[in-house]
Amino acid sequence: MTEPTTEFPPPKILTLSSTHKPILITQGAEGRLYKTPSPFQPNQFCALKYRPPKPYRHPILDARLTKARISSEAKVLDRCYREGVPVPAVLAKDAAAGWMMIEWIEGEPVRVGINTWLGERPEDDAALDTTQEDETPLIDLMKRMGVAVGALHRTGVVHGDLTTSNMMLRPWADDRLPNGHGDKTEKAKAVAGDVVVIDFGLAMQSQSDEDRAVDLYVLERAFASTHPRAERLFHHILDSYRESFKKAPGVLHKLEDVRMRGRKRSMLG
Amino acid sequence: MLDLTKKKRRIALGCEGSANKLGIGVILHEGDSLSSSTSTVLSNIRHTFVSPPGTGFLPKDTARHHRSFFVRIALQALSAANISISDIDCICYTKGPGMGAPLTSVAIAARTLSLLWNKPLVGVNHCVGHIEMGRAITGASHPVVLYVSGGNTQVIAYAEQRYRIFGEALDIAVGNCLDRFARTLEISNDPAPGYNIEQLAKQGGRVLLDLPYAVKGMDCSFSGILTRADELAAHMKNGGKGPDGEPFTPADLCFSLQETIFAMLVEITERAMAHVGSSQVLIVGGVGCNERLQEMMGAMAAERGGSVYATDERFCIDNGIMIAHAGLLAYETGFQTPIEESTCTQRFRTDEVLVKWRK
Repeated sequence: MTEPTTEFPPPKILTLSSTHKPILITQGAEGRLYKTPSPFQPNQFCALKYRPPKPYRHPILDARLTKARISSEAKVLDRCYREGVPVPAVLAKDAAAGWMMIEWIEGEPVRVGINTWLGERPEDDAALDTTQEDETPLIDLMKRMGVAVGALHRTGVVHGDLTTSNMMLRPWADDRLPNGHGDKTEKAKAVAGDVVVIDFGLAMQSQSDEDRAVDLYVLERAFASTHPRAERLFHHILDSYRESFKKAPGVLHKLEDVRMRGRKRSMLG
Repeated sequence: MLDLTKKKRRIALGCEGSANKLGIGVILHEGDSLSSSTSTVLSNIRHTFVSPPGTGFLPKDTARHHRSFFVRIALQALSAANISISDIDCICYTKGPGMGAPLTSVAIAARTLSLLWNKPLVGVNHCVGHIEMGRAITGASHPVVLYVSGGNTQVIAYAEQRYRIFGEALDIAVGNCLDRFARTLEISNDPAPGYNIEQLAKQGGRVLLDLPYAVKGMDCSFSGILTRADELAAHMKNGGKGPDGEPFTPADLCFSLQETIFAMLVEITERAMAHVGSSQVLIVGGVGCNERLQEMMGAMAAERGGSVYATDERFCIDNGIMIAHAGLLAYETGFQTPIEESTCTQRFRTDEVLVKWRK
């Protein structure tokens, strides 16, 4: 991600309170994410997602797109939240102004957790290690990821950009570890927590096996390139997806086709 | 492997004919090492097959055009370059992608020159030709490349000896959308349909007509937009009114089409720039001449603290010099295309080429 070279003015909504300065968390191509004190609950934070106007775009087109995108993202989040899928709750929105306020999710991205778990181990040892180390905590995390994606798809939503950066690990309140493992090491803690799916900027409502399979394919590719040393464990995500989602067999069948297709399409002209 | 770096002056003749332009150019690379060599355009001659308004260029007619003009253009390119045949190191030709029949006719001509003059052949990927020429002309070192033409729409970035495709059109190319809409409005194809749409669009803009906006991640789609634009054109011809209750004009349609599809292109380019962390953007391909597209891209790049690199019609629109340049770069690394393998192909992805001349 490119570091912003100029100081961006925050959206108007964040300039109303003079007590706390909003913190710019990320600056993507699409929008910015701020961390700001919650106006609804004292001593709590919330996240504000802001899509600034694009200077290159015709103002009418820009307004139309910004409004539609904030509305659609908020709608998808609402739908997931209502159905019990672990996503941040939408607290407020002004689609025309280009922002929505959502629940702040504590914890680290799954990507960080997995990398902490994998640690400094050299890549060559990955195959040898399988028998020597108890990988249950990592496998349990992968299973929770599969369950989360299954829940998402069950509600009729496809995410569009599933990566281990777009899943958060929200720490368990009681510091418990999965399946009663006594292993309370730092390593095991790194992969503990509830999986919460975030960033629905490219999400859409769809029930088709094709769209769901592409969703899984994106995750598979992102996982392999981000965590090559854990790639051999990826199937645990698909296994738990299959167990938790009734329509999974059709999707996984389609995934085989999508893998064959990949980005190998040959172009015309 | 032949060590061409010992030869201080290296000259290539490039032949391009993947679509309706027949282009032949001569390039000179000078310098001791590949990294410090300079490129000079010795000649760059082009002849375009222009079809009547309302029609496109068909493969068989285009191939016939290339066959009948090849000798004339080749002679012009040689005399403009002021070189003799013995100065030429290799003959470069477009291997693909492109239209089958025109590609074949130029490949045959290139093979003939190779045999006639006893020079090695170098098959070149058309897209890589555009990218390398754009880099050479603008001096952009490590840009995200938007390649937009009648046949291709790709967002590309270089990594580990390949030009990797981050996003692309899922159906028709952006230039094809413009070309076909020009046919709908029966706008002249001379000098190019896209150019005439651009000029007409400057007179429009009273209203922005509502067209679909089809971006999916870093990919985009244009066929639905074309369908809707065609419908609006029919609506206009029947005396229909725009969103403000007033009649609208072909200029308004061209304006709305440009604003919508260029916004899509800028958006996917910005996403790729954020992804790879680059602030340079290079626009190549025929649609890259469009000044409105360059202006919009510039506004986006400026906001990211970067800049836009673009070339004019001599290098944006298909030409022989880009084939000569990219071919010579490959030839300097030892690459040649044996005559038995000097085929051409309609499908040849940008990322299939091993870019040995870059680190």
